[in-house]
Amino acid sequence: MKNFIVPDNIAISDSGFIFLPSTGETFTLNEMGKEIFKLLQAKKSLEEISSEIIKEYDIDEHTLERDIEDFILRLKSLNLVIQV
Amino acid sequence: MKLAITGLNATDNPGPGVPLIRSLKHSEEFDAEIIGLIYDVLEPGIYMENLTKKNYLIPYPSSGLENLYERLSYIQQQEKIDVIIPTLDSELFGFVKLEDKLEELGINMFLPTFEQLNIRAKDKLFDFCSDNEINVPKNILVSSISELQKIPEDFDYPVVVKGIFYDAYIVNNLEEAKTAFLKISSKWGLPIIIQEYLKGDEFNVVALGDGTGQTIGAVAMRKLYITDKGKGWAGITIFDNNLIEISKKVIERIKWRSGMELEFIRSSETGQYFLLEINPRFPVWVYLAPNAGQNLPYALLQLALGNQVQPFDNYKVGTIFVRSSWDLITDISVFEKITTKGEI
Amino acid sequence: MSSKKIYERPIITKNQSGFMNKFGSSSLVKPKVEIDGVLVKDLVDKWGSPLFVISEKQIRSNQRNALRIFKSRYPKVQFAWSYKTNYLKAVCAVFHSEGSWAEVVSEFEYQKARRLGIPGENIIFNGPDKSDSALLNAINENAKIHIDHFDELYKLIELTEETQKKANVAIRVNMDVGVYPKWDRFGFNYENGEAWQALKRIITSRNLKLIGLHTHIGTYMMSADAYKTATIKLVDLAKGLKNNYNLNLEYIDLGGGFASHNTLLGQYLPAEEVVPSIEQFADAISSGLFELSGSLDELPTLILETGRALIDDAGYLITKVLANKRLSTGKRAIIIDAGVNILFTSFWYKHKIHPANETGVHTEESAIYGPLCMNIDCIRESIVFPNVKKDDLLVIDYVGAYDMTQWMQFINMRPNVVMIMQDGTVELIRKSEDIDYIEQQEILPATLKNFK
Repeated sequence: MKNFIVPDNIAISDSGFIFLPSTGETFTLNEMGKEIFKLLQAKKSLEEISSEIIKEYDIDEHTLERDIEDFILRLKSLNLVIQV
Repeated sequence: MKLAITGLNATDNPGPGVPLIRSLKHSEEFDAEIIGLIYDVLEPGIYMENLTKKNYLIPYPSSGLENLYERLSYIQQQEKIDVIIPTLDSELFGFVKLEDKLEELGINMFLPTFEQLNIRAKDKLFDFCSDNEINVPKNILVSSISELQKIPEDFDYPVVVKGIFYDAYIVNNLEEAKTAFLKISSKWGLPIIIQEYLKGDEFNVVALGDGTGQTIGAVAMRKLYITDKGKGWAGITIFDNNLIEISKKVIERIKWRSGMELEFIRSSETGQYFLLEINPRFPVWVYLAPNAGQNLPYALLQLALGNQVQPFDNYKVGTIFVRSSWDLITDISVFEKITTKGEI
Repeated sequence: MSSKKIYERPIITKNQSGFMNKFGSSSLVKPKVEIDGVLVKDLVDKWGSPLFVISEKQIRSNQRNALRIFKSRYPKVQFAWSYKTNYLKAVCAVFHSEGSWAEVVSEFEYQKARRLGIPGENIIFNGPDKSDSALLNAINENAKIHIDHFDELYKLIELTEETQKKANVAIRVNMDVGVYPKWDRFGFNYENGEAWQALKRIITSRNLKLIGLHTHIGTYMMSADAYKTATIKLVDLAKGLKNNYNLNLEYIDLGGGFASHNTLLGQYLPAEEVVPSIEQFADAISSGLFELSGSLDELPTLILETGRALIDDAGYLITKVLANKRLSTGKRAIIIDAGVNILFTSFWYKHKIHPANETGVHTEESAIYGPLCMNIDCIRESIVFPNVKKDDLLVIDYVGAYDMTQWMQFINMRPNVVMIMQDGTVELIRKSEDIDYIEQQEILPATLKNFK
């Protein structure tokens, strides 16, 4: 199982705004994006993230798995997570 | 009173919003809160201190009128705006079409009509001017390369090859004309305008028409310094009765309603003024007008409110503007707020 | 279970200057849950996806509105439905029931109009391709034949002499109205005198009865003024006929070409902002007609062959999301089950596309591709669109004009077309094709039958 972590120097604000100090880039996330990003920051595994979300939100496992995969792919290409 | 203004993009290709606000504030009688309507979170006007009370992002004109109307309705609920002054070419059609609906929301504007906006299209301007005995550079429309062969029948080289919306090249022979034709037509489509090349100095007039044919004011300016992008970076007010009279005639014949800029060239051979273009809004250098004695933006605001305005009869020549760029410093929190909330 | 929070796909957007205006995009796409009061989902459950939907109510309202606008400016107005824009029987029947004649440009379209019971005298027969048999038939049935070129004019003289029948004719005139491209390939030119020459030839022929003048200056016209110029030029010819031959025309036909509210690719401002209204087109045409004088009886009827502007917004295409993808550039791609073969107009329009259910507020720049295994099958290169899932339905607006005539059977079958009737019921008006329909026209030579 692959896992991902957020580098320490990246912070996210309550409004879902990320500033990458090393490059000056900024990003905006929606509510769910913010939630998952914060879970990643808390060093949760993808499995843990998925089960936490299923507990709280009205969503099925397969759709969520696809969406998280796609989201992580985006984060990776934007250098906001590192695979470990 | 509350007033909303667009075009706070005071960049190196600036919109007239910031100078318009400065003009309004130049009037001692002016007493209103100003709301900025912005298209981009980096419009410098947002970051200028004491310029606007609040700023709202609004949808790009290209995203459709419904969206613009919806966003403006939301803003109206928060702010109770009395007057909106749109300042950009690309948004005017939209605001003209929304005029009645916005009036129902209690928002006044002072805009040209749809027909007036159309007259200034490059191909129509020529007909309008020849019907009204206003000099314009001679021009023909061509829609194929082979028609370029006819240029020598009507013109002496060099000639100007222009697109129907934007872009212009000065060409000296058929080969160059063909190259320009291809460049422009691939970008802006057909037809292409072949225009007489006039040597001379450029003069601009900022003016305000009240919609009955009367000119409320008109201030002429000669550019002193033009950047490599063709933008005037410094200019000086001048007075030549011919120039002002032609401008008044244009306003009279179109019954122009709103602020405008007229662009002229004064032929160095004959000394006659030729009208090159009409812009349907105040120019970026409008702040020169109140400083020369004609606060045209403030007069427009009065007209929008339905008040009577006395025409201006003169202005001070020799008033100069020099544009400068100025770095504004801000913290990322401001940027974050406007990016995530859409208002600040 | 019910206390769970509403889920939305996680999204991250990189802030880039010029793309940070969330109000420029998000509300752009509003869900369209129903069409004329019928749920989109119900339509697809019953008729499948993709599905073309036509609103009878919208057609009637468009036609009545246009007629009212023109009639309030000129006393004698007749519309003729442009068959090529949409010649599904049900669509034509709605227009005819509103009093429209038929405007056809081929023998096939002529036959379609006749089969619907339109008498020849209410058919305007346009176009450069009219076979001898088609012409003979049109002569016999008193159709209004609009002559396109001299070869056709002389053929008509020949045919009417042979049969000793009279033909009702008009000529199509082309002219410079200041717009580009000039449509000078159809009809006789005004400026070089060709049109006048053709009129003189018709008048001197015993069996041709000149009843009208016709022009059609272009398609998707953005300038109302051009119609004024066109009208003035036709009126000038009409006055010439009156003065020289004491001839009163039955009608002047200004054709069609009024733009609809579809935004062209490459057009920055949305069409609703820049396209002139029907009122403006009507003002332009009627101001040109003021030049005509005479009693009401002598005034020619104004004929209009408006197509696109009357049907475009009465047509919808419902389509289903097949998949979401991420392209190598990071851009999102949405694949839908309607391709360019049935949505021909995506080659020139930026269609309005809506999800059929509520979506989150977040949007992403996306490409929308059709299902064909062909690179050209792109419905939209770039659109800022909310997140949709596989099997979500989308509704594409303004597809009433040309899509249901220029579509082609390619790789897959053409889908059902339904009409939502005025009373809210739904009728199937063209069945989706199946393999039997396609293969019934094919013949496999006997020598190829046993290739094993």
